Amino acid sequence: MSAGEMKTISLDDIEALAVGAWILGTGGGGSPYLGLLNLRRLYTEGHRVQLMSPLDLADDDWVAVVSNMGAPLVGQERLADSRSIARAVRMQEEVNGIKFRAVMSVEIGGGNGMQALMAAAHLGIPVVDADCMGRAFPEAQMTSVAIGDLKPYPCTLYDPRGIEAVVTKVPSWKWMERASRKICVEMGSIASTSKAPRTGREVKDWGIHFTTTKAIAIGRAVDAANRSHQDPIAAILTCEGGQRLFSGKIVDVERRTTEGFLRGSAVIEGSDDDRGTRLKLSFQNEWIVAWRDGEAIAMSPDLICVLDSVNGHGIGTETVRYGQRVTVIALPAPAVLTSPRGLDFVGPRAFGYDLDFRSLFATSGA
Amino acid sequence: MKRIGIDVGGTNTDAVLIADDKVVHSVKSATTADVTSGILAALKALRSNPAAAVPVDAVVIGTTHFINAVVQRRHLQKIGAVRIGMPASASLPPFCDWPADLADIVSGETFMLEGGHDYDGRPFMPLDIAGLKAAAHAIKAKGLRSVAVASSFSPLDPAHENTAREIFAEICPDVAVTLSHDLGRIGLLERENAALLNAALHDLAVTTVAAFRRAITDSGIDAPLFLTQNDGTVMQAEIATAFPVMSFASGATNSMRGAAYLSGLDDAMVVDVGGTTSDIGQLRHGFPREANAVVEVGGVRTLFRMPDLLSIGLGGGSHVAQDPVRVGPLSVGYRLTADALVFGGDQLTATDIAVAAGLIDIGDRARVAHLPKSLVDAALADAHRKLEGDIDRMKTEAGDVPLLAVGGGAFLVPERLAGISDIVRVDHGDCANAVGAAIAQVSGEADQVFRDLSRDEAIAAARGIAEERAVEAGADRDTLKTVDVEDMPIAYLPGNALRVRVRVAGAIAEPKIGAAA
Repeated sequence: MSAGEMKTISLDDIEALAVGAWILGTGGGGSPYLGLLNLRRLYTEGHRVQLMSPLDLADDDWVAVVSNMGAPLVGQERLADSRSIARAVRMQEEVNGIKFRAVMSVEIGGGNGMQALMAAAHLGIPVVDADCMGRAFPEAQMTSVAIGDLKPYPCTLYDPRGIEAVVTKVPSWKWMERASRKICVEMGSIASTSKAPRTGREVKDWGIHFTTTKAIAIGRAVDAANRSHQDPIAAILTCEGGQRLFSGKIVDVERRTTEGFLRGSAVIEGSDDDRGTRLKLSFQNEWIVAWRDGEAIAMSPDLICVLDSVNGHGIGTETVRYGQRVTVIALPAPAVLTSPRGLDFVGPRAFGYDLDFRSLFATSGA
Repeated sequence: MKRIGIDVGGTNTDAVLIADDKVVHSVKSATTADVTSGILAALKALRSNPAAAVPVDAVVIGTTHFINAVVQRRHLQKIGAVRIGMPASASLPPFCDWPADLADIVSGETFMLEGGHDYDGRPFMPLDIAGLKAAAHAIKAKGLRSVAVASSFSPLDPAHENTAREIFAEICPDVAVTLSHDLGRIGLLERENAALLNAALHDLAVTTVAAFRRAITDSGIDAPLFLTQNDGTVMQAEIATAFPVMSFASGATNSMRGAAYLSGLDDAMVVDVGGTTSDIGQLRHGFPREANAVVEVGGVRTLFRMPDLLSIGLGGGSHVAQDPVRVGPLSVGYRLTADALVFGGDQLTATDIAVAAGLIDIGDRARVAHLPKSLVDAALADAHRKLEGDIDRMKTEAGDVPLLAVGGGAFLVPERLAGISDIVRVDHGDCANAVGAAIAQVSGEADQVFRDLSRDEAIAAARGIAEERAVEAGADRDTLKTVDVEDMPIAYLPGNALRVRVRVAGAIAEPKIGAAA
């Protein structure tokens, strides 16, 4: 995209985005499928969504940052409604007396990769080609804007039963997480949210750029590989410079919805080259640590993705089930997440694992 | 243990008798438009062999009838759809992700009502009883005879769906009610889709199973009737009538299980070449490899546990087009024995090509003597190319693996294929699906809430209950394997409440040998 140019997102782009966002969702964020259905309907009704470069934002533009917050399992029974996320954004405009120039996702991974488009379709403003994670994470403070120490408030939350809430002020991102999570849990562990509004300058400085385009490219690579009967997982690894970790069959899934999160573990019994070993994946909405025979072999913020061994599509922590044949891969995290301050927010200790972060990837100078 | 297995396919109806773990006799006859006469003919042919004219313990039928109805958009009825869970999910109503043509056929009227539950077992909204009553009256007034009900988190707490059933029974007792929690698990849209499909198949299920029964009674056979399920297990016919969607994949599952049984191979690729389609799958430990997640049936997303299959439009009844030479995907189906050249018809089919090539000898070979060799070779090459490419797509190993070639059209499978170590053809392979029906396993399931137990204890308890139920239903305890485990905590209930579902399956137990005969 050249400067100032807007690109209309096509329905084909959205179909590819659904595949790519699900892979970048690292198990969390909920399946993009329901968002895709909403967008198909909105496109049928004549809506179109524009994609703009973060670099084209004016410093004083306001950008809405949206997400569907909660436990992905709940999202399978309380289906995403595009009007809810649009309402959360409108609440921000009402609370702050501002007009948004554009909307972006807090996380590109999972269903939240679609939420920004759903809101944008109703609001008639573009989507910024950026997010605050480059993947998905469970908690409000696990973002590039929190690592950048930007203002964490206000945050709006909406429930379709007509419950509207605003967290007007908190002393830190961690408090924003605690306060908004309590409200979210009372709403049934799912809520449509609009996070603290960001200025164009802040998005340019602290946003993780071009992740919408990246997700679309991953989706297209998977689809192309499947269509030409090539290995879709190899296509993802090539596209993203990732590593194959493990292949096998799911033999146990333990899940519990606690404090608004989906927590638990999945155990994979190895097949082919991994025969005779087991991989255990611990999750909190997202896959956080992968343990092979007790040793941590991959961990957040590196992306751990569990994929359908045959078609390369993502498998979520809420959809993983006994008997599935899966391949686990790791993809490199955005640089801001692997910085020392980034690791305080999203490294293994942030999830309660007493592990020093060891990346599977040589750190780039970026 | 003597069982008759029957497979009612789109083209052929096959029947076998298995006694003491051996195939005594197998026959193949044409499927008929009325189903009953085809089964009658198959049973008559089977029992004309004195060794097969013995009393049997069970008759097991596998059929593609119900899945074909959805795929071909035939014999489906208009239904009422009741969604309970408003105001959530309002932008994605029932049928929202269905192909338009199928939704037009099935969708009678939709009702979106308040109610449903939350993840922890709390009610999401009070159930709209008045709305349910109004829906029941509207369905009655409209003359709809079948309704599907789906409520949010019903696998965790089915109370609102059960209340809906009671209200329908009171106001419109003649309407058949399908409840989503009987058919699926978490995933409202997919579970609801299964319920909608099931409701749309209700009348067809009743008439089809009645036709099966009639054929068996008219054949003078006195034995219980079972239908095979998607996962290769059997269900009593009465129960199966209420859940036709549970038999969607039984044809394919049966042919793969039958192929494993007949060949003694537990790990292999399988191709089942029928009259209209070829199904390609993979056997792992004697069972079909399962599709990982979402399975589309006629374009509708469901979460059924089904074999991971690739179906291609290539079979013995495939039309052969010339210029360029192409085999399939259109087929003459069960009209093969009237329309194919070798049977006096005027349609060039894959069967005619095979007869001309000397691969099989059926019908009147003189009627295809005029076919140019170049046409025969090109048609076979086209069929081989299709099979080779798609078999390779379904393989998960890099090395060569054996291929089991079964089904009435297996003559289309060549003697050598890339990536295949050897091609195994077995006796009775043309009736592998009926064999699979005859050897279908017996399952047992437990699905209940446990309290004050650790997760491992609760799962072990559920597994114990499921195993007892399977043994009661006639399974051999030593062969029981876990097919599925799922557990969900219910935070709202006191005492570590956990809903656990365990399903086990095993081989049919041999009858206990009494006094030596």
